[in-house]
Amino acid sequence: MLPLKGITVLEFAQFMAGPSAGLKMADLGARVIKIERPKTGEAGRQIALKDIYIDESSMVFHTANRNKQSYAANLKSSEDLEKIKKLIAQADVMTHNFRPGVMEKIGLDYKTVSAINPKIIYGVVSGYGNVGPWAKKPGQDLLIQSLSGFVNLTGNKNDQPIASGLATSDIFTGGHLVQGILAALIQRNNTGKGAKIEVSLLESTLDIQFEVLTSYLNNGNVLPFRADQGNSHAYLDAPYGVYQTKDRYISVALTPLDELFSAMKIKLPDEFEDKSVWYEKRNDIMSYLAKEFVKETTAYWLSIFEPLDFKVSDVYNYHEFLNHEGYKVLKMDQEVITSDGIPMKTTRCPIRLDGERILNSKSAPKVGENNAIIDREFNLS
Amino acid sequence: MIKPLEGILVVDFSQYLSGPSASLRLADLGARVIKIEKPESGDLCRNLYFSNLVMDNESSMFHAINRNKESYAADLKKTKDRQNVYNIIKKADVLIHNFRPNVVERLGIDYEKIKLINPTIVYAELTGYGKEGVWKNKPGLDLLIQSLSGLTQLNGNDGMGPVPIGLAVVDILSGIHLSQGILACLYRRLTQGTGARVEVSMLESAIEYQFESITCFFTDGGQPTIRPQSNSAHAYLGAPYGIYPTKDGFMALAMGSIPFIGKLIGCKFLKKYKTATSWYDQRDEIKNILATHLKTKTTSAWLSVLEPADVWCAKVMNWKELFDEEAFKILNMIQKVNRTNGYKYETTRCPIQINGTWLTSTTGSPILGEHNKKIENEFLQS
Repeated sequence: MLPLKGITVLEFAQFMAGPSAGLKMADLGARVIKIERPKTGEAGRQIALKDIYIDESSMVFHTANRNKQSYAANLKSSEDLEKIKKLIAQADVMTHNFRPGVMEKIGLDYKTVSAINPKIIYGVVSGYGNVGPWAKKPGQDLLIQSLSGFVNLTGNKNDQPIASGLATSDIFTGGHLVQGILAALIQRNNTGKGAKIEVSLLESTLDIQFEVLTSYLNNGNVLPFRADQGNSHAYLDAPYGVYQTKDRYISVALTPLDELFSAMKIKLPDEFEDKSVWYEKRNDIMSYLAKEFVKETTAYWLSIFEPLDFKVSDVYNYHEFLNHEGYKVLKMDQEVITSDGIPMKTTRCPIRLDGERILNSKSAPKVGENNAIIDREFNLS
Repeated sequence: MIKPLEGILVVDFSQYLSGPSASLRLADLGARVIKIEKPESGDLCRNLYFSNLVMDNESSMFHAINRNKESYAADLKKTKDRQNVYNIIKKADVLIHNFRPNVVERLGIDYEKIKLINPTIVYAELTGYGKEGVWKNKPGLDLLIQSLSGLTQLNGNDGMGPVPIGLAVVDILSGIHLSQGILACLYRRLTQGTGARVEVSMLESAIEYQFESITCFFTDGGQPTIRPQSNSAHAYLGAPYGIYPTKDGFMALAMGSIPFIGKLIGCKFLKKYKTATSWYDQRDEIKNILATHLKTKTTSAWLSVLEPADVWCAKVMNWKELFDEEAFKILNMIQKVNRTNGYKYETTRCPIQINGTWLTSTTGSPILGEHNKKIENEFLQS
C-alpha cells in the first residue's frame, strides 16, 4: 500500500515548485486535487517548452500535474468559496504560492483555514519569504538562480554567468516543501495538530549551495572562481572536469592525479607532484591533461580507466542516454493517457518502495474535470 | 518549539554527500542522527577538501553536511563492533546507507538481516545507478551522473560542448528523494505499523530532475537538444529567457512578451516579433538584438523600467552583493554552530519554516567517534 494513501491534498499552487510537490505526494499515494479558476485553470497550463501542447494544456503542465484531479472554483464568488471551505474541512494538506496578502484577501489565509480545520498542514511557497523588501517581487526560477549566486558556479572562467538549463530552484523548493509537509503529517499523528510550512525559492536555492557557502563563510569571503576550461566545480582540485577527446568528451571526477597520469602512461611533471598544488595549479594541470586526452578516443580512455574503477564517464546527449541499456534497465518511463485518450510518455517517480517502482497512468486533469465527483464525495453542494 | 521528528532515531552509514544530505534534513526536522563511521578514517568526506580549505583539520564540505549529528566509530568487520551496532539498530526508526551493491551483505547490514533485528525499521538505500544493469558497479559520482544523463547538454550556449552544473545537484536531489521516501514511510508506519524499504538512485533522481526536458524529447520525436547560440538559460525556451550583459554587470530576463519588453526598454527592433511562436523560432536573432541593446545602460536603469511593469527580471549577483541586501539579511539564513572542542563555524540553516519559526541548531559536526561512550552507555548496557 502506498504510504500516503488516505491523505487528501488541495493544491492551489501554480507553475512548477508547488505542483512538483503535489506530484510527489500523489505518486506516494495521496489524492491531489488542484483547485483551479474556472475555464482557464492554473497559469502553468499555458507555459510551454518548445511551444508543445498535449491538449489545451502544455506538455510541461502535463508533466508536473499527472496523477491529479481538478476542481474548478472561483475563489471570488462566495458560493464557490463556501464549497472550498467545506472541502478544506475534510482535507489533510493544502498548498499555495500566491504572493503575500492574496490569501488574506480571499479569506483562505492560515489563520482562517486552521480555524476551519485545525489539523490541516498548510504549505506556502514564496519567492523570497513572506516579509521584507522583496516579498512582493515575482519569484521565478531563473531570477532566483541569478540573484542567489548560483549562476556564478557553472561554466568556465571567461564565460558570462550560466544558469542551469532547467527549473532547478523550483524543483528543489518543491522537494523541501514535501519534506516539511511530510514531517508535519508525522507530528500531527502524535499531537493531533496541523502546521504551517513555508519555503521560498531563495532560501531553497541557497540551501542547494550549502557546501560552497560554508566554504565562503569560513574562508574570508573568497568568491568562487571557475576553472579556465572544462570547469565542473569551482571548488574542486584538478583533474575534476570535462575533457575533449579525439572523438567525443570524457568526464573525470575525483581521481588522484598521480594515479591518473600513471594509467595514461604519461609522466606527472615535477611541478604537479605535490598534492597540495592540485587546486592552486588546477588550470595548468587541466590544460596539460586536455592536450593528452585529445590524442585518443573516449572509448580508448574508458577501456584503460574502467578496469581500474576510476571515477570517469562518457558524456551523452538524450538520444544516446535514453536509448542506452543502462537507462532502459531502470524502466524509468511510463505512459499516461489523458481523458481525451491522448497518450503521453513521461518519467515516473524516482523512489522505489518495498522493491517496487511506483507507476501510474493517470494524466493531468482538464480544468474542473472532477467537480461532480468531488461535490458528491465531499458533500459540497 | 518541538520539532516534528523529535523522538525519531536515524542510524546513518552513508558517506560523502547524497545520503548524508538526507540525514542532515532529518536532523534539521528534529531527528537524532547517529553516523556510524569506520574507526580512524571515518566518513571519507572528512578529507575531501574544497579549494584546499581546511577547517579544524577536516573539509568544509564535511562540516556543512554533518552538523547536528552524532558519530559512533565502529568496524563492522569486527564481531563485537557489529553486535554493538545491531543493538543501536534495534532501537532505530530509520537506517540509511549509500554503499555500492553487495557491500551491505559483506558488512552484515543488508535488509534481510536488519529486518530480523528490527522488523518495522525504514531501511533506506541510495545507489548511483540502481542495482541492476550494465552500470550497477560504476562509481556513483555527481559529475558522472550529470554527464551520462544528458544534463550537461542543457546548460550554456550552443557550441560550448558539455557544461556540467558546477555543484553536486544530483547528490543533493537524490538525498531529497531519499528523505521524502523515508518520511512517507515513517508516516505509514505510524498509521499501519509496517516497516519499509526505500530505494533511490542518483541516476533516477537525475532523470526526475530533467522530467520536463526528457518528456519533451519523448514528445517531439527525439529531436536533438539545441541550446540558443547566446545568452542561453534554457535549451527548450524561447527569447528572452536568458542572462544578458549590461553596462555594469549582468541581468536575467525570464519569460515575457518581446514587443512589450521592446517598448519598455526603447528597442524598436523588437516590435516585429509579435507571436509567441516567433519568440521560440527566432530566439537567436531576438537574443542578439536584446544583448546589443541591454549593453547600453546599467542593470539598475533597466530594472527601474521593467520591474514596475511586472516583467520577470533580476540583477545577477554574487554572494557579497546578495548578503548586503536587506532582503537577504532578514532571512537569517546563516547560523553559527559549535563543535564540542570549541571550534566554531558559520553555515546555512534549514530552508523550511514551521509555524513561522526557522529550524536552527547550534550543534556542529561531530568529531570521529566522539559519541561512542555516550551511545554505549545508552544503548548497550541494558
